[in-house]
Amino acid sequence: MQWHSLSEFIDMGGRGGFVWGAYGTMLALMLVEPLLARWRHRAARAAIAERMADEAAARAAGQSS
Amino acid sequence: MHAVSTSSTAPAARPRLTWFTFASPANFYRLAGVLAPLCGLAAVALALAGLWMGFFVAPTDAVQGEVYRIIFIHVPAAWLSMVLYVAMAFWAAMGWFLNARTAFVLARAIAPTGALFTLLALWTGSLWGRPTWGTWWVWDARLTSELILLFLYLGYMALVAAIDDTRRADKAGALLAIVGVVNVPIIYFSVIWWNTLHQGSSLTMGKQQHMAATMLEAMLLLTLACWAYAFAVVFVRARAITLERESGAAWARALVAPTEGH
Repeated sequence: MQWHSLSEFIDMGGRGGFVWGAYGTMLALMLVEPLLARWRHRAARAAIAERMADEAAARAAGQSS
Repeated sequence: MHAVSTSSTAPAARPRLTWFTFASPANFYRLAGVLAPLCGLAAVALALAGLWMGFFVAPTDAVQGEVYRIIFIHVPAAWLSMVLYVAMAFWAAMGWFLNARTAFVLARAIAPTGALFTLLALWTGSLWGRPTWGTWWVWDARLTSELILLFLYLGYMALVAAIDDTRRADKAGALLAIVGVVNVPIIYFSVIWWNTLHQGSSLTMGKQQHMAATMLEAMLLLTLACWAYAFAVVFVRARAITLERESGAAWARALVAPTEGH
């Protein structure tokens, strides 16, 4: 291991801004993308449930009239 | 001694598993649901191992110092950007020639992840280029062809989103994806065909590697992590797209009905 302190590790030989900028962007985007995909999946399920509820309501209204 | 029963009460034979079993949206949806979390866990484990290797085991580069550590994410992102484009075009072509709905779903699900890795390859390359080349960007063949790849991904996503008829959108997108494949070998061989500021390939099959073994191991571990991540996200997105398209199908309704209290 070549780091003797945390500040040395963060500094990355004076290039910390470039190194952590690259890793930070990658981490942020790779955390956001799965969340967006999960939300899309959840929205698709909700849309089906809503459609089924609308159809059930329409059937109920048809039987009562 | 027991006699073997051959009566009609014997359990029915299981359906044969073939390559086309998972072309069915319902089967694919279930399979992707099992594989996505496994790939996600693999991605996290591989990423932690790769980051440990990259930051705490791999030595400082004699020429570039510490900034070279960007290579551990830049190269995997660049590789994934190209491989995912080929995968997207492959599934788009399969969808076109076999008229398979799930193949088109996969092509659409791959596109945003491919675009993300292309953007990351350009961004991390820029952050690496500034301290080593003295510039954020140059219009050399490697960088320009990678930028064209990003535009191809964005163009594909915009095209399929702009056409309301799903079938027509899939076919129009497939045409663009297949034509765009020509850009992938241009990216890969650009550093050989033209005189570029960008360095040559980081890894060459069948030749002795010039990189320290620990550096190479860190890069390969993070490449595998990116692969596993891409599989996980593509499976989750493909499940969402499948549900959007199959919203009227009985199997999709059966999935939702018990959880909604019907």
